[in-house]
Amino acid sequence: MTAMATSPASRQPISFAFLAQVILIANSFIMLYPVVVMVLSAFKTTGEIFEHPFALPDFTQVGNFAKVLGETAMPTYFVNSIIVTGVSILLILVLGTMAGYAVARYESRTNTFILLFFLAGLMLPLKLAVIPLFILLRDLNLLDSRWSLIVTYTAIGLPSAVFIMAGFLRSLPSELEDAARIDGASEPRIMWSVMLPLARPPMAIAAIQNAVPIWNDFFFPLVFIQTDAYKTLPQGLTTFMGEYTTDWGMLFAGLTIAAAPITLLYIALSRQFIQGMTAGAVK
Amino acid sequence: MPVSPKQARTLKHRSWVAFLVVPPVVFMSLFVVYPILSAFAYAFYEWQGLARGEFVGLANFREVLFGATMAPTVWNAFLHNVYALIALMIIQNGGGFLLAWLLYKEPFGFRFHRVAVFVPVVLSTIIVGFLWKLFLNPNFGIINQALYSVGLDSWAKPWLGDSSTALGALILANAWHFVGFPTLVYLAGMQRIPSEIIEAARLDGTSEWQLLKNIVWPLVAPSTTILFTLLFIGAFNWFEIPYVMVGLDGSPFGSTDVLGLVFYRTAFGNQSASIQNFGLGSALATLIFLFIVVFASMLTLWLRRREIQF
Repeated sequence: MTAMATSPASRQPISFAFLAQVILIANSFIMLYPVVVMVLSAFKTTGEIFEHPFALPDFTQVGNFAKVLGETAMPTYFVNSIIVTGVSILLILVLGTMAGYAVARYESRTNTFILLFFLAGLMLPLKLAVIPLFILLRDLNLLDSRWSLIVTYTAIGLPSAVFIMAGFLRSLPSELEDAARIDGASEPRIMWSVMLPLARPPMAIAAIQNAVPIWNDFFFPLVFIQTDAYKTLPQGLTTFMGEYTTDWGMLFAGLTIAAAPITLLYIALSRQFIQGMTAGAVK
Repeated sequence: MPVSPKQARTLKHRSWVAFLVVPPVVFMSLFVVYPILSAFAYAFYEWQGLARGEFVGLANFREVLFGATMAPTVWNAFLHNVYALIALMIIQNGGGFLLAWLLYKEPFGFRFHRVAVFVPVVLSTIIVGFLWKLFLNPNFGIINQALYSVGLDSWAKPWLGDSSTALGALILANAWHFVGFPTLVYLAGMQRIPSEIIEAARLDGTSEWQLLKNIVWPLVAPSTTILFTLLFIGAFNWFEIPYVMVGLDGSPFGSTDVLGLVFYRTAFGNQSASIQNFGLGSALATLIFLFIVVFASMLTLWLRRREIQF
């Protein structure tokens, strides 16, 4: 980051800088205000929302939250989302690191083929193959279970993880490996104890890049899951919204609870989130 | 025959590499390659529910593109995808470029604005869709409430219930959701421009507009390529926002119908009609898929040509 004195802004006329501030403040207001209204409305009764939509609520009035957490299936959806996202990310990292490591550290004639294979997976929207995927999962007896989502998300996330891991592992100097090899370390030992401890940063990027879309996905649960006990948060939210259509206090409380974990995590780790989520588009 | 030490080592080595490579490749083949190849094959069959019937050649494709019942819906939806693509290119990607330029100058509070613009991006599309559906409610939504409170009663509308505004409302909700993504990708692109180039242009007295048009825009061409390609793919896969905000039928009167909704209705059934047709669904998916692959690669190649190395 450059110091303010030499920053590109310093030679701008005042009026331009002022206009830029106005636009940025207006934009941030538009980005944040709807989220603020959502949270404020969650503390209001439906009547209060209709009569005073912009007023500050009484923050001690947490009845809507208690009802959402105590009387609806929201906690179940929440647990399902954590299980599905967690297991998918674990599989993506394990399988992605395996393929990425082999491609990056071992010379082989098949490497180009393997990379092209995963590149194709990166480009093809699996959404459009949902019919055969549906039939495949039915034949494997995985339909209407958390596994149907886990294998789908792993398949979608795997290619990007292979490229992130291969790109990083290729940049590590071979002296590291050679030294360990001379000391008589086996190949699995070199991978596990020498190379992988260095590969935590790209793993974090691959994890965030995939975790956010998986956590937020709605399309595949909509097609694969019918049983309420297996629904994830975004899909459960549609069931919930359908049940309480006229109780706006409940609706806003449900939305707030669903949005809270990822929003708070983002605020705490905004740099890593931004880096991870734009990793595919920024080289 | 005894195995020589070298052979043993290569054998051991090979099985180790195979151990690393085979599971991911098998996984991908089973859950990505096989379904995608099957999707093409399924389109050539007639289906009774989940059971595959007779080979019907190109009949499903013909029905999707030219059939009396299906084709008008498909073309109507396709047109809405095109509108969404053009509008989002201007609002989402164009707006992102301008916001990135303002952030690039690192004005007062830029760290806050950079975090703020990305907040909606991390939210689930379902949350964004429901939130805006509530805000756009004709009677109690904050949009109309705000118009009433400043005396613009005549501007208040049932935004999602009026076929002249519904698609526009969906597009704006989508832009609100994602504008942070192009903003930060462009910002990263601008930060990679060597600062001497911009300094030199400033010393030459280049105006702000000239600088933006003749120097920054051409130099962030790689970001433009990837953002426009991603938007293209996203626009023709558009499903979640319309599904949540206007429902499966693209109401009112099909004015918000898009290909994603048509595909879902055809393949997995409309709740009211509960008809499902995997043959027509697969044919439509295949056509969307080919359209995306062909045009996205053409777009990428065309955009790549205008990228400059520096």
